Amino acid sequence: MFDTNELVINMGPQHPSTHGVLRVILRLDGERVIGSDVVIGYLHRGVEKLCEHRDWAQIVLITDRMDYVAAASNNLGYVETVEKLMSIEVPRRARYIRTILAELQRIASHCLWLGTHAMDIGAMTVFLYAFRERELVLDLFEEYCGARLTYNAMRVGGLPLDIPPGWDRKVRDFCDILGPKVDEYEQLLTHNRIWLERTRGVGVIPGEDAVAIGLSGPPLRGSGIPRDVRKDEPYAAYAEFDFDIPIGAAGDTYDRYLVRIEEFRQSVRIIRQALDGLPEGPILGKVPRLIKPPAGETYHAIEAPKGELGYFIASDGKSNTPYRFRVRPPSFCNLQALSRLIKGHLVADVVALIGSLDIVLGEVDR
Amino acid sequence: MFESILFYTLAAFILGFGVLVVTARNTVHCVVFLVANFLCVAMIYVMLGAEFLAIIQVLVYAGGIVVLYLFVVMLVNLKRGPDAAPDRRRQSRVGFVLAAVMLAEISAILVYSAARPASAVAAAAATPLQTVGNTEVVGMLLYTDYLIPFEVASMLLLVAMIGAILLAKKEI
Amino acid sequence: MVDIYVVPILKIVVLLSAVLLAVTYLTLLERKVIAWVQVRLGPMRVGPQGVLQPIADAVKLLLKEDITPSRADKWVFTLAPIVSMVPALIAFAVIPFGATVSMFGHPVSLYIADVNVGLLYIVSVTSIGVYGIILAGYSSNSKFPLLAGLRASAQLISYEIAVTMMLVSLVVVAGTLSMVGIVNAQLSQGVWYVFLQPVAFVILFIGGLAETNRAPFDLPEAEQELTGGFHTEYSGMRFALFFLAEYANMIVVSAVATTLFLGGWLRPFPNVHVLSFLGFVPGWIWFLLKTFVFIYVFIWIRATLPRYRYDQLMRLGWKVLIPLGIANLVVTAILKVLL
Repeated sequence: MFDTNELVINMGPQHPSTHGVLRVILRLDGERVIGSDVVIGYLHRGVEKLCEHRDWAQIVLITDRMDYVAAASNNLGYVETVEKLMSIEVPRRARYIRTILAELQRIASHCLWLGTHAMDIGAMTVFLYAFRERELVLDLFEEYCGARLTYNAMRVGGLPLDIPPGWDRKVRDFCDILGPKVDEYEQLLTHNRIWLERTRGVGVIPGEDAVAIGLSGPPLRGSGIPRDVRKDEPYAAYAEFDFDIPIGAAGDTYDRYLVRIEEFRQSVRIIRQALDGLPEGPILGKVPRLIKPPAGETYHAIEAPKGELGYFIASDGKSNTPYRFRVRPPSFCNLQALSRLIKGHLVADVVALIGSLDIVLGEVDR
Repeated sequence: MFESILFYTLAAFILGFGVLVVTARNTVHCVVFLVANFLCVAMIYVMLGAEFLAIIQVLVYAGGIVVLYLFVVMLVNLKRGPDAAPDRRRQSRVGFVLAAVMLAEISAILVYSAARPASAVAAAAATPLQTVGNTEVVGMLLYTDYLIPFEVASMLLLVAMIGAILLAKKEI
Repeated sequence: MVDIYVVPILKIVVLLSAVLLAVTYLTLLERKVIAWVQVRLGPMRVGPQGVLQPIADAVKLLLKEDITPSRADKWVFTLAPIVSMVPALIAFAVIPFGATVSMFGHPVSLYIADVNVGLLYIVSVTSIGVYGIILAGYSSNSKFPLLAGLRASAQLISYEIAVTMMLVSLVVVAGTLSMVGIVNAQLSQGVWYVFLQPVAFVILFIGGLAETNRAPFDLPEAEQELTGGFHTEYSGMRFALFFLAEYANMIVVSAVATTLFLGGWLRPFPNVHVLSFLGFVPGWIWFLLKTFVFIYVFIWIRATLPRYRYDQLMRLGWKVLIPLGIANLVVTAILKVLL
């Protein structure tokens, strides 16, 4: 008698909950998603190609612009790759400070994730609370290197700057502040019935599927796979610290949420240990005036806030620029899961799932 | 005087909206006119001193049932293909028959009420309303004199509801 | 002549202006309260502490270009905001703000009309308001508003049943449908109905949140999912009308809940003579205070809770609230017969 049609809806590239310029074409039956097409590329700037035309020191500040909410982690991945290529020994103090910066960056990035994720599900107060704490981290970064978003905070072979006097005291104070604040977020969300109903059982990825898709970072650990580059292939100074890798069980949105919340606490733990054991010494290793790695190629990965961030760099040993520069961005690889996750869920879950994967389009598109 | 002006204005509106409901091309517009029509009818009820009926008219018809109409109209694709064009002549014949039946009914009511003495009608309608309030009167009548029809009607609605669920549910 | 025409018209004018002013300032209250919850300051620029902000907003919205999308259903598009605003305003007609007071030597009742179907009148009038949202969703000829329109109609129909069920059990207790009568019944029975009908009170409150599209049931506008929902395509004053309607509905629901459950204009513990010194505060102030508490809770909830999902909302309505409502009605009726 009547025929019903599918409704094709274009979510993004201008949509408040697609975290930038992601475009998801949804085919809906009522409100249920029966198919989707994830379109990326609206923020493509050709970062990889750009890097092949800059000399080795200039690339650091281009990496800032990929995951722009976790610039220090991007810097760290790049400089460590080049150091590996050139076999440079990094002083211990520099490695400690790098670890502190990376963990502060993880906290800032997770604050942004928590705020936007909660906002997508409708809890707008959490958004402002989380940004309040992110602001403190940005203040710390500003005091360290002068910038609040794109830090350019590392050099091949070490660090450009030593920490300013009194900075370690402030980081310690921040660590003391953050713990109770995380409890506050949990009070608002973790046992909230509406939050549980919105996240439990939504977007389940079983462990083996997560590995097959190539997830990394909190989405992978939320599915119960204890993979963390910081533990498995320690870099910077992580081998010297004691911390736990939180994992989930069910692999749903709620588990990914819990994993990240626990990572706040583990980051604080790492920062405290690093501050306690901060050695004296130089902050820059023996680096030649002109950075020119020998011919060869290497891949090196770090655990960025969003997952495994890998750099593959090939040098021909002759020119001042990389021969090939390739990034394995965690957001891009994690985003692969989206189409599969949202199938069969409702429109409201789509925004929750985009939030739970924690993507940054600057990194997806590069 | 004031009342008759109000009544004829409302009556004109009701007829006008009624015509628009049938003639409007857009189904959603039809539904909107239908709601306007119901609201005007409710106002006539108020004029007659039947506030309860007026409110129920708004609550059940305008506020409930027509929302469901609108729901269906918006959800379902009502564009017909060219092959399914309706048979105009057959439609108008059916229309004529229906109109004739309606006319006969109205004249029957007119004749019947004219045959009864007017004062009795007024007495039967007006007196209890003024003293107790018509909500109580309607309630009293429904649960005493018209108890069986009332229960039968509720039974019927229940059956219809279960039937609708059975039809709509794919597996039980 | 004066009593049947002039006085009611005067009352209507006064009430309408008061309501519109209250609605305008409710936007400021909401922004301020949410800001304080979120450790912000809220509007601070226009006037001291931002008190003139609503006026600035109104001027801005009035001066803005009023866009009608070219493929929209023009008449319905214009009609929709009006349809959502008018019912919210005429619902105030039967709300008693206080007992009869003496003004310029005349007794003046603080309500426009006391009809014997007052409660039903409010229910039916507010049920018309949903057309505004549905028609806005349809006429915008855009997909997000359409989804919002469908959500709104499903949500409002489901929650109206639960709310009406609650009102019926309340009427069983009070024995009248008149709003003034219900307050007087609370006075003569010596108890606020919130203590006699706690279940009804809670469900009416939840249903009220859902019917006014307030968080956590603000699915039809859910800006994070539907980019603003039914008013995505609206701009200027027409957009403002939707907002004013939402806030007016909030006041209606709060005022009705106050009248039905918190004794309307009665002072706390109206039958305890020790507290009769509370009587020096006029009834209408008590009424406004109680209404304000409700409105504050509405805003507080919005600042605290995440949003329900569409299917969960329907499940809560049909599988929890409506059965609870029927059970409450049956228990109330049995107790009423027994006692």
